[in-house]
Amino acid sequence: MDVKAKNVLEQRVYANADIFEGRMNAPLLKVEDLRAYFFMDEGIVRAVDGVSFDVQPGKVVGIVGESGCGKSVTMKAILRILEPSARIVSGKVFLRTRINSQNQQGDEELLDLTKLKPNSKRLRQIRGAEIALIPQEPMAAFSPVHTVGNQIIETIRLHQDVSKDKARQIAVEAFRAVGISMPEQRIDAYSWELSGGLRQRAIIAMALSCNPRLLIADEPTTAIDVTTQAQILNLLRNLQKERQTSIIFITHDLGVIAQMADEVVVMYLGMVMEKGEVNAIFKNPQHPYTQALLKSIPSIQSASRIKLPTIKGSIAHPFNRPKGCPFHPRCNRFMRGICDIDIPNFVNISETHVVGCFLHSKKTLLPTADK
Amino acid sequence: MSNNEFKKTTDNEQIKSFDDEQEKVLPASAVEPSTEAGDLFIANEAEDRVSVASNWTLVWWRFRKNKLAVVSVVILLFLAVVVLVPDFFATGDPEKTEAQLAFIPPQHIRFSFQQGRLRTWVPSVTGARDPVTLRMVWQIDETQPIYIDFFGRGRPYRILGLIETNIHLISTVNSEDLYKLHLLGTDRLGRDQWSRLVYATRVSMTIGMASVIISIILGLILGGISGYYGGLADNVIQRLIELLQSLPVIPIWLALTAALPRTWSPEQVFFAITIILALRGWTTLAREVRGRFLSLREEDFIMAAELIGCSRARTIFVHMIPTFTSHIIATSTLAIPIIIVTETSLSFLGLGLRPPAISWGVMLQEAQNIQALALAPWLLIPGVLVIISVMVFNLAGDGMRDAADPYGH
Amino acid sequence: MVGCAVFMQQTQERTAKMLRYILQRILIIPLLLVLFSIIVFALIQAPPGDFLTSYIATLAASGSSLDVTEIEMLERQFGLDQPVHIQYIRWMGNLLVGNLGLSLEFRRPNADLIMERLAPTLLLAFFAFVFTWIVAVPIGIYSALRRNSFLDYVFTVLNYSGVAIPNFMLALILMWLAFVYLGMGVTGLFSREFELAPWSIAKFIDMLGRIWLPMIILGVAGTARLTRILRSNLLDELNKPYMISGRARGLSEWQLVMKYPVRLAINPLVSTIGWYLPELFSGSLIVATVMNLQNIGPLLLRALINQDMYLSGAILMIYCLLAIIGTLISDLLLIWLDPRIRLEKSLT
Repeated sequence: MDVKAKNVLEQRVYANADIFEGRMNAPLLKVEDLRAYFFMDEGIVRAVDGVSFDVQPGKVVGIVGESGCGKSVTMKAILRILEPSARIVSGKVFLRTRINSQNQQGDEELLDLTKLKPNSKRLRQIRGAEIALIPQEPMAAFSPVHTVGNQIIETIRLHQDVSKDKARQIAVEAFRAVGISMPEQRIDAYSWELSGGLRQRAIIAMALSCNPRLLIADEPTTAIDVTTQAQILNLLRNLQKERQTSIIFITHDLGVIAQMADEVVVMYLGMVMEKGEVNAIFKNPQHPYTQALLKSIPSIQSASRIKLPTIKGSIAHPFNRPKGCPFHPRCNRFMRGICDIDIPNFVNISETHVVGCFLHSKKTLLPTADK
Repeated sequence: MSNNEFKKTTDNEQIKSFDDEQEKVLPASAVEPSTEAGDLFIANEAEDRVSVASNWTLVWWRFRKNKLAVVSVVILLFLAVVVLVPDFFATGDPEKTEAQLAFIPPQHIRFSFQQGRLRTWVPSVTGARDPVTLRMVWQIDETQPIYIDFFGRGRPYRILGLIETNIHLISTVNSEDLYKLHLLGTDRLGRDQWSRLVYATRVSMTIGMASVIISIILGLILGGISGYYGGLADNVIQRLIELLQSLPVIPIWLALTAALPRTWSPEQVFFAITIILALRGWTTLAREVRGRFLSLREEDFIMAAELIGCSRARTIFVHMIPTFTSHIIATSTLAIPIIIVTETSLSFLGLGLRPPAISWGVMLQEAQNIQALALAPWLLIPGVLVIISVMVFNLAGDGMRDAADPYGH
Repeated sequence: MVGCAVFMQQTQERTAKMLRYILQRILIIPLLLVLFSIIVFALIQAPPGDFLTSYIATLAASGSSLDVTEIEMLERQFGLDQPVHIQYIRWMGNLLVGNLGLSLEFRRPNADLIMERLAPTLLLAFFAFVFTWIVAVPIGIYSALRRNSFLDYVFTVLNYSGVAIPNFMLALILMWLAFVYLGMGVTGLFSREFELAPWSIAKFIDMLGRIWLPMIILGVAGTARLTRILRSNLLDELNKPYMISGRARGLSEWQLVMKYPVRLAINPLVSTIGWYLPELFSGSLIVATVMNLQNIGPLLLRALINQDMYLSGAILMIYCLLAIIGTLISDLLLIWLDPRIRLEKSLT
């Protein structure tokens, strides 16, 4: 394969490259024990502390967790757009990327994104064309003084070698594909002239305009109302099926996860609690946290006038993380002397279902970085 | 659709319910157990302290972190003391002229050990007339020291007009030497610069503060009326503000001060200049106050105050104004240096305070002439004080503004 | 397709609103000028005493005197024997036809005196303005991007100093330094040979060689302030969500910064033009006086001190006009730059 014929230097960049050789279901993205910390005056915040998961081509991975659990930071770490005060401390992010992003059938190479410089040309080529971001707030994602068309065309011309007019055509097509009416006129509108739903569609159009293989959707439905939310989710699902794009879906809404995801990763305080196929997670949750999350979804079916179950306590202060398993102060299955000392190892419940909890494993993980 | 499935499956699970209050497993860390009322915050001592601190305490804590601002405030306090008791700092008579003593250079304070004691002294100067230029040339004569006494006795004066005393910060051991002490030299008329500087500080700073206080009062009243009552009053005041703000500042000020009759006494001129300088300053504050009043009017807590029967005045003074007092203080502190510089510029040009009044600007008038300046560069020292006071006010004001409103201006 | 129709209609409404706003701003100018003229007239009438007689007395004391015919002409033109409001109307009438009166000190028409000095005044202000922006924008951007670096620290110190030093102090210090160490007497915008000559390329070049010092002195305070504002605005913008989305799309940091935050941070800057231009003219007054430049500022000062009434009145009106134009330019620029204001501003 051409991968081997590449620059020897780049080869050194791929650790474990041979794992993927010849495997039919080689993952598109492989995050391996990623740790990203914020270095601030008041102390170190371990926002992402040992996160691992895979994204298979054409599948949707849902990352779910409370606010502050590190989902967005993980996403930023993958794209290497972390704030200046944050750094990837260790871990790897493997991406199977096309060498020429516009050539669908072209050669691929495997890159470790953590080894590239954040502002490097290769990384900038990947951003937008291989991995695209659908950011959280659609209003804020567009610049208020440029038209939406201007920004989409800018992205297109950054990654594709086309003229201005052709780029405009592509942009109009993208608008049409996401279901925006009157795309030729809407291209010249400002973001604040569009309604919430239209803006969200425009963002999706911008993300898809360069045909990325992986989409990262950061809470795409939080800022819009429920009806629009249903439309947008439908749109994403259709687009995903059409183009076989992989999606990483970040949200705190379990209902959305159930609709969209093929696999689920449950995060808490920067660590993965449980991950697996969506049906397994929802039908057979093993981690107390997952169980609590599921139980706290209000349902029309439940009996009226009962207390809505909640998870007691609140997320620990970022500078004051509990020792051992991060969830133990709020866990109803807490075992003193075990859960507050060490971090649990991951245990396979099945081939596609993994949980990290002392209820299932008597062994502990290797000592954590802070010992 | 999917929701139903979840509910069914989780119900069938053999999981202990969270609502099971019997299962109170206390976490290992020493915190308050969460109550039955639910998931309230697990507080710790530090958070408690913060939550019960009053607003001013919080502002003070934030201000304290800004070292530059704290140093500036200390310097300001020192200047305030100078303003209050200038006589203490002065060494001689600021008005006494002696043409023969013109352009004496500053005398440097020296320390030396004599007879086992540390003594401070200043070399005296002897003058000789240069036969060619006919100017007085001063020579430093170290054989004739003038001994300095800190907190010594000098000319009598009254502290704040009340307490009679004659203690000065710097004075000479021998009282006959007093008139020979010129720590910052003399000017063209032989006047002691150090003493003049002290009194000039008082005048310049007072004008700055008085002017800003008048601006604040005007701004609060007019801005308040404008914002609270709205309607015609608001319109009129707004047009007035727009008009005043479009006037070109310095030319109009010049014209105003030129219109003051020559016959007025220095005190009257001082008073008039203070008011003139305040006439433009109130507009900015009025605009902001109006804006705040307009938005505060809609706030629920104001409606609540009115509903429980607070009078209009009480609502305004007890409920509305305190929400932005810290902002007023911060912006006023930043406005003072502008006034000081303006007064200095006006007096420098000859159209502000006039002699015999002493201000930094009046003193700097002596430095207008380049030739004179070349002879006596120490005449620029009042300008240095202007720069220092402006910087200090700016730093303190910035610090206050950041402490009061850290998220925006 | 209701959305269609609504969209079209909105665009039309917006353009109409914008035109209306521009028209409003322009029409208000004459009104303002009239109001200002009343204020100015009151100011120049304010010094007590009958202007003419006391003036003649002063002139007599200093040795020059006016012709009887000249005095009569003045009285006629300006109605000095009439009540105040008639005098005002006469004066305004004269102004509008370009008769700015006679200078009693120089014994020349005011219009001539002013025209001689108008060009250098405008040029100095223009150069100082350009200098300010050329220096402040790069420094501001650099300071925001390399926050807390060594250079940023240096610039911050310079900024605080620049704002703190009154411009006449700076002028004095620099002039003193030049005099003592370089033996230069730096005064005037023109060398002797060009002073009274008509404009030519050579005169212009000569002026360029001497205008740099006053330009820098005048511009320092404004540069310092502008840099600080630009830096803080940019810092606000740098972590806004659209920056994150921009980075995620693959833009380089440099492209990103130049296109978006700079554009957005420039807006508040442009609104500062509204008060900066008038301030430049005011400030040039002081600097020009200290440095003995041929501007209308020192002329005004002299006129005020000597109570040369119509001269000071005319110059004051010019300053007012410049101030109004400055505000107008700033408003128009702002509207052009920021579509939000252009299209959304409530235009009352």
